[in-house]
Amino acid sequence: MLGNMHGTNHHYNSSIIEVRELSKHFGKLKAVDQITFEVKEGEIFGFLGPNGAGKTTTINMLTTLLPPTSGEARVCGFDIKREAKEVRKRIGVVPQEYTADEDLTGMQNIMLCGELYGINRGELEKRAKELLRLVDLADAADRKVSSYSGGMRRRLELASGLVNNPRLLFLDEPTLGLDVQTRTAVWEYIRQLKEEYNMTLFVTTHYLEEADSLCDRIAIIDHGKIVKVGSPTELKSGLGGDVIQLTVDNSSDLTDEISKIEFVKEVKKVDSSYRIKAEKGEEAAPLIIELIRSKGLHVTRISVTKPTLDEVYLEYTGRAFRDDEDPSRVWAQRMTMRRARA
Amino acid sequence: MSSIEKEIAQSQEKVNLDSRLAVEQHYIDPSPIHGLWALTNRDLRKWYTNPFQLFMSLIQPVIWLGLFGKALDFGAIFSGSAPQLSGAIVSSVFGTSSYFSYLAAGMLTFVILFTAMFSGMSVVWDRRFGFLNKVLTTPVARGSIVMAKVLSSVARSLVQAAIVLVIAVLLGMDISKMTLLGVAGTFAAMFLMAIGLSSLFVMLALRSSDWQTQMAIMNLLNLPLLFASNALFPSKFMPEWLQYIVKVNPVSYATDAARQLLLGSPGMVSLSFDFSFLLGFAILFSVIGIVMSWRYLTK
Repeated sequence: MLGNMHGTNHHYNSSIIEVRELSKHFGKLKAVDQITFEVKEGEIFGFLGPNGAGKTTTINMLTTLLPPTSGEARVCGFDIKREAKEVRKRIGVVPQEYTADEDLTGMQNIMLCGELYGINRGELEKRAKELLRLVDLADAADRKVSSYSGGMRRRLELASGLVNNPRLLFLDEPTLGLDVQTRTAVWEYIRQLKEEYNMTLFVTTHYLEEADSLCDRIAIIDHGKIVKVGSPTELKSGLGGDVIQLTVDNSSDLTDEISKIEFVKEVKKVDSSYRIKAEKGEEAAPLIIELIRSKGLHVTRISVTKPTLDEVYLEYTGRAFRDDEDPSRVWAQRMTMRRARA
Repeated sequence: MSSIEKEIAQSQEKVNLDSRLAVEQHYIDPSPIHGLWALTNRDLRKWYTNPFQLFMSLIQPVIWLGLFGKALDFGAIFSGSAPQLSGAIVSSVFGTSSYFSYLAAGMLTFVILFTAMFSGMSVVWDRRFGFLNKVLTTPVARGSIVMAKVLSSVARSLVQAAIVLVIAVLLGMDISKMTLLGVAGTFAAMFLMAIGLSSLFVMLALRSSDWQTQMAIMNLLNLPLLFASNALFPSKFMPEWLQYIVKVNPVSYATDAARQLLLGSPGMVSLSFDFSFLLGFAILFSVIGIVMSWRYLTK
């Protein structure tokens, strides 16, 4: 589904976000610490990390909400400090919290948003209707937002983030706090919107599966630093490959022969089972089966497992993904940020 | 690809990147105050589509008028001991025929002061509910965000002041010297005071996301602004130190202008001084508010 973005899109190679040694300190806390990365035009770029890792602070700086402590960033070709207004014209933002005005209807909210971009009313009305239809809120357009469900609000946020027809859309935890079904639906909308509008997406999330299936490239951020950037496949193959587990109907030892097969990196034998680490599991597995057959033996059971981003995360941060969310630590950090702000 | 070709390709890409925006420009209002009316209207809509809120915001000044104005009949104190003199005493003390009429003019500034106070509160709510963050990511001028709060508060307070004036007249305010021009002038003075006071309270709320603090600031400011003025009682009977505060308090000048224009009272200062002071106050604080918004209106 996302394949068309590779190569065929001639915008693909130019950078829409360029970040150089960007930092944000709140007092002593280094919320974002000297990060450097680029986002290419047309890609879905995932920003992955646990709560308090610096994801939202980074988005706030790139969307000109927060002035950086040091470093530079250009968004859509404009400097976020000196040319903030030019940046704002070209980006769309879907923040983590619900920002719609509950006392207004869905339509009124989008109209209001569009007027803040200075879009004239005739064009705006057309666009608002189209966007509401796109996110399936046409029927609820004239209802007050206070009567919307969580999923509907999320969709409304998406629609109002698109009102200025942005080249670059920032989505901060677009599925946070939604149930699995709604999450899937929201991602479906995001995909659809991206196709329709040919945008670049910058998405933060702490759902690994989502980042894995949606993003062209991912940056893993931890304690304010980027620890790794790459496509999900690259990140996973960096771990040393897939795991093939197979069982043979005879316990004679084939470890040495299997080790010599192409792609295979490591072989362990337990009774009549083998645990094999290989670079390209799908291609190594048939070769191994052939070898075993040629010895007159039979494979009774085989599985090929791809490494998950969970393991990638573990590898680069030294911590399991969900263990990290010690609420007291996150809370303490939030308080520091709030105090530093005042 | 040679380096020159590469360069050409890159500049071509830059053009392509902005082509969408070039089409967009056609629809875009280039005015630096675009969005000002949209934001103002949003705040006003909350108010005029909610009759209960409108009603509640009128109750307090009406209760003050009815209870305070009618209960504290200072004229009655004198009529007991020297009935033939009471009219003259009331007129010399309050500059009009009754304390109620005197207070009614003060109530106009009172209702504006209290409405202005809440303009800061609405900034805090917008920050808390995330609406402000959303607005801040749009190219709308930061000054417009602040001025929209100020203007909606001004519009609201002037409507409320008009209703209070009607009620005061119905309850027996002295209208013997009231003219249309006088009423218009009074509202001009109220307008200036409302701009200045709303700017002040919005400014104080620019960085705050904490409504308790904001409430404390409001209470700290509003009672002194009300009592250290001539809104409820003539300042000439106040101790000297307090009179200095009365003389820098914009509430005093708006009230003074209202009494001169509505009741024909002798003023604390000349009308032109009242208006100059209020104009200066309005300009000073709205400019400070806008300048502060450039620096402090961030996430």
